[in-house]
Amino acid sequence: MKVIATYNIKGGVGKTTAAVNLSYLAARDGLRTLLWDLDPQAAATYMFRVRARVKGGSRALIRGTRGLDEAIKGTDFDRLDLLPGDFTYHNMDLLLDGAKKPVRRLSRLLSPLAGDYDLVVLDCPPSVSLVSENVLHAAGLILVPLIPATLSLRTLDQLTDFVASFDGPRPELLAFFSMVDRRKRLHREIVERLPTQRADIAAASVPALAVIERMAVQRAPVPAFAPRSPAARSYQDLWAEVGKRLLG
Amino acid sequence: MPDGTVRLVEARSHEFEIADPGPLPLGRIRDELAVAFTVAGDRRAKRIRRTWLDTFDWRLYRAGLTLQYVGGSGPGELVLTGGGGQQLTARARQARWPCLSGGLPPGPLRDRVAAVAGLRALLPRVSVVSQVSELWLLNEDDKTVARIAVDAMTLPAPQGAAIAARLAVTEVRGYPAAARRAGRILTGTGGVVPSRQTALDAALSAAGQRGADYTGKVVVPLLPAMPGAEAVSAILLQQLDALEVNVDGVLHDIDTEFLHDLRIAVRRTRTALKLLGHVLPGELTLRFASEFRWLGDTTTPLRDRDVQLLSLPSMAARLVAASPDDLRPLVAYLTRRRATERQKLSRALRSARFDAMVGDWRKALLVPRAAGHASGPRAAELSADRTRRAHARVLRLGSAITASSPAESLHTLRKRCKELRYVLEFFASLHDPQLYAAVLADLKRLQDCLGEFQDSEVQSAEIQSLAPAMLARQAAPASTLLAMGELAAQLGTRQRAARAEFADRFARFAGGAGRDRMAALTAGDSG
Repeated sequence: MKVIATYNIKGGVGKTTAAVNLSYLAARDGLRTLLWDLDPQAAATYMFRVRARVKGGSRALIRGTRGLDEAIKGTDFDRLDLLPGDFTYHNMDLLLDGAKKPVRRLSRLLSPLAGDYDLVVLDCPPSVSLVSENVLHAAGLILVPLIPATLSLRTLDQLTDFVASFDGPRPELLAFFSMVDRRKRLHREIVERLPTQRADIAAASVPALAVIERMAVQRAPVPAFAPRSPAARSYQDLWAEVGKRLLG
Repeated sequence: MPDGTVRLVEARSHEFEIADPGPLPLGRIRDELAVAFTVAGDRRAKRIRRTWLDTFDWRLYRAGLTLQYVGGSGPGELVLTGGGGQQLTARARQARWPCLSGGLPPGPLRDRVAAVAGLRALLPRVSVVSQVSELWLLNEDDKTVARIAVDAMTLPAPQGAAIAARLAVTEVRGYPAAARRAGRILTGTGGVVPSRQTALDAALSAAGQRGADYTGKVVVPLLPAMPGAEAVSAILLQQLDALEVNVDGVLHDIDTEFLHDLRIAVRRTRTALKLLGHVLPGELTLRFASEFRWLGDTTTPLRDRDVQLLSLPSMAARLVAASPDDLRPLVAYLTRRRATERQKLSRALRSARFDAMVGDWRKALLVPRAAGHASGPRAAELSADRTRRAHARVLRLGSAITASSPAESLHTLRKRCKELRYVLEFFASLHDPQLYAAVLADLKRLQDCLGEFQDSEVQSAEIQSLAPAMLARQAAPASTLLAMGELAAQLGTRQRAARAEFADRFARFAGGAGRDRMAALTAGDSG
């Protein structure tokens, strides 16, 4: 079972839309996929029309009194399941702090699912917290959506340094440009230049398009309701790169 | 992602069927479901062809599994369904059957099938053409909470018979209550009832077939008071059926177990003729004993090659000094020799001699049954007498074996054990099932040890005779010969271990408890 995560300290950079679309594409390609919506806002959960409620809340999950498998919901798509978001996730930090080996708790909770899924996608809330540290330890590959701007690269470098400080296995980082506005010269320049210079930035990028915003209206992944749209193609390109890194 | 990968989908489904013949009441079903759900789905049915696959001896069916190859306009799919309705699915490009489970696309489905099918190939057992409509049941968030597949099956032309339409309600994970509710609504809809049989059984029944209609085991229902000759004829007829039904599989080389089962039918027949033939007309036993010896001998070379080739992978895995790759020339050599032996056996099975033998044998077996046998021993007496004798023979021979006895004495004992086993199996229907199982288990433990001893010796001798033959044909580099030497050493160790274990195994078999069980079994038969 491979674990990937979408992560950025900043919010509103396209983490959830990437997590939803990539999960959908992975399942469509035949991988048994689980998306865990760790964000208390539960936007990914909403997009799959699932109710944002986990019985017992984050306390039951983190303490293990309720197995993750009991909370999982099937989506409308074959091979794609969802572990819903829940507002009680806002106190997950505190619960993790009280757990044994607090930075590896999520990893331990996921391990019983290894036989059930080929891929787990963690949609991480925007923050630097014990939750995000858990996510960084649980995932083999971290996808970092970046708005094409110089400051974004600083964030990526800081994250790289942080991950390098881990004892034991360290996740691979793969950034990709998100919300790219091709009308802006700076965006165009950065998106064209940086992936050729840095191996940790994907060649595929996700444009800022209204169809992606419509996911919240359609409550479905872009390739499901607009399969021929440029946005769907960009996620497919991104998934192709991610899949290659993940599965060889 | 690599194309054609196999992935698992687990889903629980509840099956229903529409008892009333005639047009599908799909509209009515939708209306009823609409009370509780928003019903979505395609109104136009999709046409697919389903082919159920199983081994010749129905291993999946007996294990409560069904495997379907579903082909439509898109790529094909394999669907393995368990007793609880759980499913594993796998994309499958090819639809060429028969096929060994190793030929299925890799993944959990193949693993599960291989564990049950073993060495047996998967064959198409029955096919249907299905008109499938799918309905999605949505909750108030427009989220799919259950799926229903409506399946109207017909046998393909020229039969074309319609089969009662089926509805499969599949749970969406995390929403079991919705599927249960849909099930309750369906059963309240006129004509829809929980399915009484699986889709496979329904298709088989429409095609005039039955699941699990072949087994390699002896299944002859006998009555204690029936004439012994009639019982023996029935036993021999079942063995003749088993022999004949396996011939095609041998000729087409579908899997190695057709020949294995055919040989067992021949051996059982020979044992029946030897131990029970006295209740049949004398000339019959004499003539056919020699014919079945011919057939048995004719099948031996190919079976020996099969056994060698089948045992090589596990032996190669245990090589210490040599590498499994060193054995490739041996595998190639054995494969070529196997092809030659197969041609020879095919010629024999297509010969006039074989045809005459099986034809005349059937006629001969049917005559005494038709004539009736008032005189002679009853089946129960015959069973008790012959089982006691066969058991006494095993005890006598086994007791005489010491540490210094030649290997041949163990081989002879093995043959007598097989005879005892077959006699027990022939009359199994007359025995107390628990006692019978215990006696058979006692015997099996001894047989396993003797089998290991002899098989190791035979294989070791084969390897030692193959080495010079391969060398003469320049078919084996030094590394292969060295690896073969290691194999022979492995076999030698196994044979010595079996020999060391023999005394203990035989003592347990021949001990008081074993004898008491056998005495109770045969007393029950004669009483």
